[in-house]
Amino acid sequence: MRTHAPLPPRLSLRGIEKRYPGVRALAGVDLDVANGEVHAVLGENGAGKSTLMHVVYGLVTPDAGSMAWEGQPVRLRSPRDAIALGIGLVAQHFHLVERHTVVENLALGFPGAPAWRPTRVLIPQLKAASDRYGLALDPRAVVRDLSPGERQRVEIVKALVQGARLLVLDEPTSVLTPAEVDTLFTVLRRFVAEGSSVVFVSHKLAEVEVLADRVTVLRRGAVVGRRSAADGLDRRDLARLMVGRDLAPAVGARGLAERSSATPGPVRLRLAGVRVELPGRGRAAPPMTALDVPALEVRGGEIVGVAGVAGNGQSELVEVVAGLRAATAGRVEIDGRAVGGAHGARGRVDAGVALVPEDRTKVGVVGDLSVARNLALRHAHRRPFARGMWVDWRAVGRASEKAVAAFDIATPSTGTPTRLLSGGNVQKVILARELGRDPGVVVAVHPTYGLDVAATAQTHARLLAAAARGAAVLLVSEDLDEVLALADRVAVLAGGRLVATMAAADANPEALGLAMAGVAA
Amino acid sequence: MTGAGPAAGGRSARRRSRRWEPRAEAPAWRVVLVTLAAVAVAALVVTWVFVSYGVEPVHAWSTIVRRTLLEPRGLSETLRKAVPLLLIGIGLLLAFRARFWNIGAEGQLLAGAVGATAVALFAGLPAPLVIPAMFLAGALAGAAWGAVPALLKARLGVNEIITTLMFNYIALYVVRYLINGPWKARTATGFSYSERFPVEAVLPTFGTTRLHWPTLVIALVLVGVIALLLARSRFGFEVEVLGRSPEAARYAGIDAGRVTLVLAALAAGAAGMAGVGEVAGIHRRLVEPTQLSLGYGYAAILVALLARGRALAVVPAALFLGFVFAAGDVMRVSLRLPSQLPDVVTGLVLLLVAASEPLTRGRWVRSEGTEPPAMPVADALTAGPPARAAGAEGGGG
Repeated sequence: MRTHAPLPPRLSLRGIEKRYPGVRALAGVDLDVANGEVHAVLGENGAGKSTLMHVVYGLVTPDAGSMAWEGQPVRLRSPRDAIALGIGLVAQHFHLVERHTVVENLALGFPGAPAWRPTRVLIPQLKAASDRYGLALDPRAVVRDLSPGERQRVEIVKALVQGARLLVLDEPTSVLTPAEVDTLFTVLRRFVAEGSSVVFVSHKLAEVEVLADRVTVLRRGAVVGRRSAADGLDRRDLARLMVGRDLAPAVGARGLAERSSATPGPVRLRLAGVRVELPGRGRAAPPMTALDVPALEVRGGEIVGVAGVAGNGQSELVEVVAGLRAATAGRVEIDGRAVGGAHGARGRVDAGVALVPEDRTKVGVVGDLSVARNLALRHAHRRPFARGMWVDWRAVGRASEKAVAAFDIATPSTGTPTRLLSGGNVQKVILARELGRDPGVVVAVHPTYGLDVAATAQTHARLLAAAARGAAVLLVSEDLDEVLALADRVAVLAGGRLVATMAAADANPEALGLAMAGVAA
Repeated sequence: MTGAGPAAGGRSARRRSRRWEPRAEAPAWRVVLVTLAAVAVAALVVTWVFVSYGVEPVHAWSTIVRRTLLEPRGLSETLRKAVPLLLIGIGLLLAFRARFWNIGAEGQLLAGAVGATAVALFAGLPAPLVIPAMFLAGALAGAAWGAVPALLKARLGVNEIITTLMFNYIALYVVRYLINGPWKARTATGFSYSERFPVEAVLPTFGTTRLHWPTLVIALVLVGVIALLLARSRFGFEVEVLGRSPEAARYAGIDAGRVTLVLAALAAGAAGMAGVGEVAGIHRRLVEPTQLSLGYGYAAILVALLARGRALAVVPAALFLGFVFAAGDVMRVSLRLPSQLPDVVTGLVLLLVAASEPLTRGRWVRSEGTEPPAMPVADALTAGPPARAAGAEGGGG
């Protein structure tokens, strides 16, 4: 498989530079992808992985540097050029037309497709590709009805049918169950066994260790190390390269030990028989149960982790608890008092429910508004900020000065627009607002996604501190390690249904993986 | 992308080119400068129009300036045309801040005129109450007219640009129906209009001019009130959040439907009062819609746009457009130029202001050696809103 010597590398990048206002996204990156290898590009969020892949796919023109394909210098002006060479991209967010069928999506932009009824020609090709690599797909299924895993298969088949000999996958496993990850890896191994190449972009060390032949590690837009499977890949070594220093000891283990001695408090959040039914939209999207939680209790001082593959009811659960969505049926109680959907998000704020939302920049803050105003975003209607129909902006200013100090927010001033802050500091603004008032219930969704190690550790510490002060914490995360490190108990959502709750001590990735896949525990 | 990379000089870019780089926040002086430049370019084009019509440009401009700004009578015309623009403009500014694209001020003005006419002709109130009742009825009628599209948007997600625009035509034909049908004056032959208002339903004016000052006072007070609401009130904060991020507004527990309804009603009510001023101050009866409003409802969109989200800036913007309207009269009457010319000027200014928007927010830089932009002036935001709320999006409409 490892056939290096005589052939020129399939893809070769030299000195790739890309600057954006205020950021040097790529600072002279060299990358060689050989024939028949899985080449992992490893790095934290913001390390420049996605920018590099966009350069490879012709979506981004580099400011400097050169690129060669099988030894020939090339210049990509658009993805069309990349596809013509034989480069396929499976992006992190799929680029599919939801209303169209699988084969119609393939036909879109397909170079050789006939203008009239292109699907006729494509269906046999699609079948051939999916048989060859073991990618089961119904060509006539409408994309809207497919699971994220199936959509990813559509993207892969699309690239294969277009004749890709280099497949770029950007964080492909973030939407997959553990079993689906195994299937994907099998497909990729078959693909490289034929002499084709894969660039596998990830920040997950375990996967890289299992799959990659060679690894290039990026940090702050520069290559900081290269490793080869032939010499053995070591997870700790890769982690050190990726973050630039040794990883801190798992914060959760410490927290858990401290808190397990404390007796949990009274039940602060209780869900009973909560269901969210989504109305159907014609035949293509029949009505479905998006969320079904027979019973869930979270006590004060307790952290309950919610694991599961994205899109399995997490957002519905979060929205019901935070009052952003009314449940179709069932009861939500905060501190023993039923809160209906009618109260909405504002009612929940008043009841002491804090929400650290999934989408930090679009939902969690208003980027154009100042740090001070964002710190008041959910509390401007209450004392001490509200004075009748007016807002006391001076009180807001004073409170925000304190919050910036207490939560160590790096900002030139409290008047700075929040969008100029780094991701970690935006999250601190949100944490300061949500946790700064001793909430009774905290809902945190992917609270550390995309944060660097220091910010992650701080966020974990804040959540643990909130629990220690008596809050009931519901932690929704795709990161099983995070859930297992922080949570006292773990609940699993699969297909919208809360299928299992287990003590974190009894939970292990295998058991959780089975539950996430919908295999009853 | 976090963390700006160190400005290492090792590998330098080979290409040298200039490219446009947006900056974090538009400084106020730059906004003013660019806006004035856009107006100046429009004036140049108009000068060219003068020349091509064989009018000596120095004579043309001096006549215009004298008869719109320097002579008391001319100045009063400029001011009286600024009054409806001020009322409608401040309402639209509020609506645009929340990204409610109300294009229906023209119809809301007509609705207000109808409400005022109903009170003036048929209510039979004691004389001192007639004028206040007319303003109240006009504001309510305008607000009701504007609330329907807002409700449709809030409840059903119907695009307000289309509904508010179409409501203009409904209002126009309702007025035509009224002055040709049930409200037609007995003396009206040929032209259609309603009976003349009784004297207690006519607004006082400055001396012999047509400047109905009570409406001007109401307009200025309203500008102050809305500026205060935007800067200090909970409602203003909700408008601001909603306009910038509907998702964040939902998260913040802001009832988007209620806020939209309130601000749409406020904006439309202001437009309705503009209609009251026109019938009670100028025409003294309900007249043909195209005479009643000279397109104030559309021109006020430009007022809100020129003000770029800042409430108090509506005052100079409305005065400027009032000047354009008054200048149009001068061109037509004194200079014998085509009556369409003021529309050309308005269109030019609109186009140039919209097109110059990016100039307020960027600069040319060499693509090599870009340094991270310095953190912008911290108080840019608390001082006032950046232009984007009204400016960039409005350009498309």
